Amino acid sequence: MAKVKEDFDPYILGICCNWCTYAGADQAGTSRMQRPANLRILRVMCGGRMEPLMVIQALKNGADGVLVSHCHVGDCHYVEGNLKTFRKMPLFIKMLEQFGVNPKRVKYTQVSASEGAELTEIVKEFVKELKEIGPNPLRMEE
Amino acid sequence: MSNSLRNDEEIKIGVYVCHCGINIAGVIDVPALTEYAKTLPNVALAKEYKFICSSIGQEMIKEDIEAGLINRVIVAACSPRMHEPTFRMVVKEVGVNEFLFEMANIREHATWVNLDDPEGAFKIAKDHVRMAVAKLSELKPLEVERVKVEPACLVIGAGIAGMNASIDLAKEGYDVYLVERTATIGGHMAQLDKTFPTMDCSACILTPRMVDVGREEKIHLMTYSEVEKVDGYVGNFDVTIKKKPHYVDQEACTGCGLCAIECPVICANEFEVGLGIRKAIYIPFPQAVPGEFTIDMTKCIKCGICATPEVCEPDAIRFDDKLEYVEIKVGTIIVATGWDLYDPTELKQYGYGKYPNVINGLEMERLLSSFGPLEGKPARPSDLEPPHSIGFLQCVGSRNFRPGGNNYCSRVCCMYATKQARQYKEKHPEASIYIFYMDIRAFGKGYEEFYESAGRNFGIKYIRGRIGEVYEDEDHSIIVRAEDTLLQKQIEIKLDMLVLSCGLVARYDADQIASILTIQRSADGFFMEAHPKLRPVDTLTDGIFVAGVAQGPKDIPDAVAQAKGAASGAASLMAMGEFAIEPYYSVVLEYKCSGCKSCQSLCPFNAISFDVFKNIAVINKALCKGCGTCAAACPSDAIVQNHFSDDQIFAMINTAIPPLAKTENGSK
Repeated sequence: MAKVKEDFDPYILGICCNWCTYAGADQAGTSRMQRPANLRILRVMCGGRMEPLMVIQALKNGADGVLVSHCHVGDCHYVEGNLKTFRKMPLFIKMLEQFGVNPKRVKYTQVSASEGAELTEIVKEFVKELKEIGPNPLRMEE
Repeated sequence: MSNSLRNDEEIKIGVYVCHCGINIAGVIDVPALTEYAKTLPNVALAKEYKFICSSIGQEMIKEDIEAGLINRVIVAACSPRMHEPTFRMVVKEVGVNEFLFEMANIREHATWVNLDDPEGAFKIAKDHVRMAVAKLSELKPLEVERVKVEPACLVIGAGIAGMNASIDLAKEGYDVYLVERTATIGGHMAQLDKTFPTMDCSACILTPRMVDVGREEKIHLMTYSEVEKVDGYVGNFDVTIKKKPHYVDQEACTGCGLCAIECPVICANEFEVGLGIRKAIYIPFPQAVPGEFTIDMTKCIKCGICATPEVCEPDAIRFDDKLEYVEIKVGTIIVATGWDLYDPTELKQYGYGKYPNVINGLEMERLLSSFGPLEGKPARPSDLEPPHSIGFLQCVGSRNFRPGGNNYCSRVCCMYATKQARQYKEKHPEASIYIFYMDIRAFGKGYEEFYESAGRNFGIKYIRGRIGEVYEDEDHSIIVRAEDTLLQKQIEIKLDMLVLSCGLVARYDADQIASILTIQRSADGFFMEAHPKLRPVDTLTDGIFVAGVAQGPKDIPDAVAQAKGAASGAASLMAMGEFAIEPYYSVVLEYKCSGCKSCQSLCPFNAISFDVFKNIAVINKALCKGCGTCAAACPSDAIVQNHFSDDQIFAMINTAIPPLAKTENGSK
């Protein structure tokens, strides 16, 4: 057990909105801000499109962590799509705990198109936290 | 349309992996990634090339499609926000529906953020390609929707940028609604005395432009007005404009100015940054356009003197004037809201606001101005004596990397301080002038020569080093302590006056404008452009452009150039007459909809109505902007968002996470 944890390389799936966090990740790339190679990004147009089921499915498939991120409140490209997720996600994360999933596996943040540096810090922090939690027991082996 | 694919046709995906020079190939093993792509389901072929976006790369894709080898395309390269439109055009040209294309971002999200971790970057690149293949296999051909573009433009802010953009568009034959918050157009440039490096008088080059704006038939000038609300989308913006009451009939007023002479209320003039006075009934400055008067009701005591027939012969005073809302329809919007001057009060060490003889750059500009409060004869505010020594401190509120400071360079302060110093020196050659700087940035055409000559021919002393401490002498002279970092010694100088060369900051209400228009701001607070290099005047919202300092600090030539760029961007949209919008709108599956109406209240654009006869929700695709909020919320899974359907997203999630490689002991 301990041995696996040492060289444990967390798998993070990011679900990001096109206009803010995805653009922020692009900005981080363009500015060559280095971060650990753990984050894959799935793009949807708006925070409003993000469903708790997507997070559940990712966790079920073995993702060690899921990053859900969209525009700051008030910045939404679609005026208020992100507000719906803003209300949904904290509830959902509470619910995860009741189902016996460590709520720390889901990180919910708001990153704007100019906050590549913030995103980089968030990913570094998340990787550190996930290394403490350890691998997702649902992940399948080959 | 270009929809050659029948539903039953076999899916044949071509994956093209881009080297992007060394940006991708310098970090990860591109041939190995190409080989990996070949092993994925539905992939018919995978190729690599140095620059897929080049014409040779594009031809490669076209040839494979024409040969019938593939019918869907993935390009693994940069961000879709960069080249998705390019490649969609490519596949469309050879008859493949442009929505049967997907990009895998292996540059911004993989190699560029993992320059020293090729293995990690490779792993992410593989995952992104696999996810793209999974999504592309589920994608459906879509039809592009075209919307009409109203041949009218809203320009917000009538400074030098907004005015130039308006004139250009009006000359091209488009209706322009130019909205300005204050009572006159002209913006900050009207407050300047002379402009660097040519030293031509600002008013002399600006006021003719202002008159042009006033005279141009196609420009509908709305001063003393603010944009209240913007609805709609590219080509069809519905704008509500708040017209503040002038309390003077703008048609009847002749601008004779007798009222302002008779008005008994004296207050500070904003145009003179508080250094001059005006009456409660006023025009901001004599050359203001429009030249009709306005009553400042916060100051007016309603004595009624101005309303008497002896004073106002045309009987233009209207104390019962009301706030008015005007609704207009435009196809494009140009944001040219300009800047505020940094307020140095918070930098206590410089004593601004505490010592009368410490002033800011804009105040100095007004003191130097021939039509300013002192008619171009600067004097110390404390005793109105002409100063014999002046110090300028650069980078106040700019290039500050302490927490909360503005990190950026304001780009104009080095030159305006040099210009002001030179202006004073021209009239007072005996005066000593010091400029305390960090670096002198004289980057524009003729700027370096101007700066050189200021030191060489005018004897302005440049001291490299920042002022650490400022205090006041008994006679209100300013004593500064600084370090000359070139001579590496401490210096103490007694000055008659200290000018803080304050930087430019975003407008105090930039956040409100951003949320009214749903445009983004960068970390420095200014409005964000769609791409820092290739789309510097576009915002991320189609149909909305940005010009002038609203986008970031710049000098007058750059602001004008950008205004012309924004006008050209808006004009090309309006000239085409229609605009293709991505068909990412949501669709209701009638057989699944239970008629619960959950979606209706969630839609930010009121695009969902309810069909009471069929008992189902109906989405108006012209109003739908494709956020997908309804699709996420529908409890019956009856709403499908085009291009981001559950099938497509879950296909990605289900292939995103590869199984773990088997560990030696076979357990985790």
